[in-house]
Amino acid sequence: MSWTLAMPELVLACAGLVILVAGVIPNRETFFPVSMAVIGALIVAALLVINQPEGTALGGQYVSDAYSGFMKLLALAGAALSMLLAIDWNEKEGLGRFEFPVLVLLSALGMMVMISANDLMALYLGLELLSLPLYVIAAFDRDNARSSEAGLKYFVLGALASGLLLYGATLVYGFAGTTNFDRLADVFSAAQGVSAGVVVGIVFVIAGLAFKVSAVPFHMWTPDVYEGAPTPVTAFFATAPKVAAIALFGRVLLGPFGDLAGQWQQVLLLISVGSMLLGSFAALRQSNLKRLMAYSSIGHVGYALMGLAVASDVGLRGLLIYMAIYLVMNIGTFAVLVAMRRQGKAVEQVEDLAGLADTDPGMAMWMAVFMFSLAGIPPLAGFFSKLYIFLAAVQGGFWTLAVIGVLTSVVSAYYYLRIVKVMYFDRPVGALDRAPASLVVVMAGTGVFNALFWLWPAPIVAAAQAAAAALLG
Amino acid sequence: MNAAGFPLLSLITFLPLAGVAIIMSIRGDDEVIARNSRWTAFWTSLIVFLLSLILWARFDRSSAEFQFVEQLAWLPEFGVGYHMGVDGISVLFVLLSTALTPICIMASWEAIRTQVREYMIAFLVLETMMVGMFCALDFIVFYIFFEGVLIPMFLIIGVWGGPRRVYAAFKFFLYTLLGSVLMLLAIIYLWYNAGTTDIPQLFEHPISRTAQIWIFFAFLASFAVKVPMWPVHTWLPDAHVEAPTAGSVILAGVLLKMGGYGFLRFTLPLLPEASVQFAPLIFALSVIAVVYTSLVALAQEDMKKLIAYSSVAHMGIVTIGIFTFNPQGLSGALFTMLAHGIVSSALFLCVGVLYDRVHSREIARYGGVAKIMPGYAVVFMIFTMASIALPGLANFVGEFLVIFGAWLVNPWLAFGAALGMILGAAYMLWLYRRVVFGRITRGDLRTLLDLSPREYAVFVPLVLLTLWMGVYPQSFLSFFDASVAALLERHVAALGSARLAGM
Repeated sequence: MSWTLAMPELVLACAGLVILVAGVIPNRETFFPVSMAVIGALIVAALLVINQPEGTALGGQYVSDAYSGFMKLLALAGAALSMLLAIDWNEKEGLGRFEFPVLVLLSALGMMVMISANDLMALYLGLELLSLPLYVIAAFDRDNARSSEAGLKYFVLGALASGLLLYGATLVYGFAGTTNFDRLADVFSAAQGVSAGVVVGIVFVIAGLAFKVSAVPFHMWTPDVYEGAPTPVTAFFATAPKVAAIALFGRVLLGPFGDLAGQWQQVLLLISVGSMLLGSFAALRQSNLKRLMAYSSIGHVGYALMGLAVASDVGLRGLLIYMAIYLVMNIGTFAVLVAMRRQGKAVEQVEDLAGLADTDPGMAMWMAVFMFSLAGIPPLAGFFSKLYIFLAAVQGGFWTLAVIGVLTSVVSAYYYLRIVKVMYFDRPVGALDRAPASLVVVMAGTGVFNALFWLWPAPIVAAAQAAAAALLG
Repeated sequence: MNAAGFPLLSLITFLPLAGVAIIMSIRGDDEVIARNSRWTAFWTSLIVFLLSLILWARFDRSSAEFQFVEQLAWLPEFGVGYHMGVDGISVLFVLLSTALTPICIMASWEAIRTQVREYMIAFLVLETMMVGMFCALDFIVFYIFFEGVLIPMFLIIGVWGGPRRVYAAFKFFLYTLLGSVLMLLAIIYLWYNAGTTDIPQLFEHPISRTAQIWIFFAFLASFAVKVPMWPVHTWLPDAHVEAPTAGSVILAGVLLKMGGYGFLRFTLPLLPEASVQFAPLIFALSVIAVVYTSLVALAQEDMKKLIAYSSVAHMGIVTIGIFTFNPQGLSGALFTMLAHGIVSSALFLCVGVLYDRVHSREIARYGGVAKIMPGYAVVFMIFTMASIALPGLANFVGEFLVIFGAWLVNPWLAFGAALGMILGAAYMLWLYRRVVFGRITRGDLRTLLDLSPREYAVFVPLVLLTLWMGVYPQSFLSFFDASVAALLERHVAALGSARLAGM
């Protein structure tokens, strides 16, 4: 038992404090160097995560295993790439203040704590450390009413969700007598029945987590916050925190509450089906791209949670692969959204993409790749993510779930295709500005990943397999 | 390794993507890009076609085994591998795909003037998907190619199509996707049940009767949309009418064959009991398709729509043949698919010739074309006659065999199929009369030019093929014989063991 196990978190925390101080001291604006320093710190943390030994530390509060490693890398990648998207945007929008990257870093730190949490207390600490910076950066464009509204809305509803989660945690503690995940698992596997208090506690915990991953029926904040927040912030919301929260979802439900699967499976099935249905139908008529992506992300969370609802190692593996591919698809899509400017002014309607295939064929091609991938059309990566999820559902005998899943994926294909249609079939309404190089690099990188994932899926699949095995033993 | 000594099928499948890479790297102004894209696409597809001729030469017609087999580990821990190979059922479809692609590119030479680079890329990607689909011997690999076709076709219809292209493209995409995702679930079920998605291994894997019925309907949802069978055929006329000429050619020539191929490759061997049980259902739907769509074709005023409906009718004959479970029916169905792939493609190209000149597909807009375009009139006539199954031309052999096979099952079934041929003669001859014969009523038609050398280059290979298939069908039928016999043998054995198990 040694605290050095938590080296990635410690390094990241120290880096955050140092960068904050370094950002304050000079008289001029330090947004760009601070951003670079933050990206660097995230990369260093990722390298440390790769080399992190396994074990528990800090009085059993902290655990490091293949599962936490996989999810932390995803979360760090999401944070670093979102930060990359934000550099150009924030400078153009006059949001180039050095607090922004530091807040992203602190939020990433919260994610790592949360992913490695092995105790309900650590879970809560991580979740709050993750959430508080998010509330601030949602409202970072403080002179913009929509952004302020997004921040406030997110804060109020997020606080409510945190309260629900904390209440659930106290109930579990009250009835089980411990907050440590390992001991909780022992208690539940030894117990004959399960007391109603624990079940209520679990439901509250699930509700709190469902809020964080924006699953139905706790999704209502998502469209408004996604639309109102600055676009790179939306990119961040849609990727890193979601991955972290899903990771926690998996660890909590399959770890300490693994023996109570019968109790929470129903709840998760409902959440999953509800999210898939809402995500596919509500997005059909959206004209704002960020709002559309909000509903799209609700739908995708529905598919991901399908893997969890199945409560098997195949399901968990599917969930992990899903999150990895989901992250890349979304970063790519948001790179295009961030790049959308006309005469220097950011635009975000679907119609603004009209005729993009004529005016900027490269960007249109990448966007089309992302859309087909999000729709789950082979041979793109999005197809494989769905394939592993459906495999788990069919293997578990959840036929209704699987059929609803494939049918909603056809419905959602409609709105992804609509974007392709606007780009390729419609006449241009005026060219968009040239995308800055940093965004083009992100688009091309994520686009190539999506287009060529089929060539060599083995590394991600194998890593997900190992991660799932680590959690389920 | 295989009869070619090198991974021939993979080369044929993925070589078009090399063409795509070259086209993408072309720099210069629009004119340069357009010209170089056309030539690159043409040469790529021609080389692919020439390579695929090795299949014709080296294919062992006496064997029912999969040939030119290639196998690579892809996702070994899941029992999914990259497995390619052709047998008598698929080999000629590979050739059909590789032969039609250069013809399509030639036919689009002057008709496509906007975004030529993207158009050529779409066609080459489409070729990869089509060829890969016919060669795939792993179910997941098959599904990837099967669905992957949708992306380029969606763009071809939507970008270069007619006035209602958006509606047609969406309808095409969503209809097909809806059918396919249900098949995907069935594939996943087989995958998890048998522990592999390798098709030859799945053939050995017995499936319980209840499961067979569910899987049958899941496959039917997908293949019936692709074929297309009545009543899920409605996407086809829309897609055909709106697609550019070459898009229609590929749709009619190859994409419609995917459904029939799917029935032969998967439904029959994997689900023998369910296939027998639901054959009457297929017969009923097919006869309705043949008669109903033929009548609908009679009422059409748009040439492309008429030919689209005639395709549905011909495909009805194919599905009848497939579910007769006798060698005549199966060989006939395969032959009809090939013949239809050539003849209806050529008919769409014929319509395209007129459309390029007059920009109308309305039948009433024409008349007396024979006097101005005699060469065209001859070509059009050959394909009209082929389409109504005149002996000596391609379709006759196939349709005759199907009707013969249907007669062995039930004479009334043969009557239904034959009714389609009679009605087919009616609408095709009437179409031909209205367009080609008669007096020239519209002055602007007088200035039309006859076929250009490029257009002759498009049509001559198709005419020769049509004659060859009609006069000496044995050189094509000999490809299927062994595979069809083996398929039926397995089918009978499977039914026999099921009956034993039932007792």
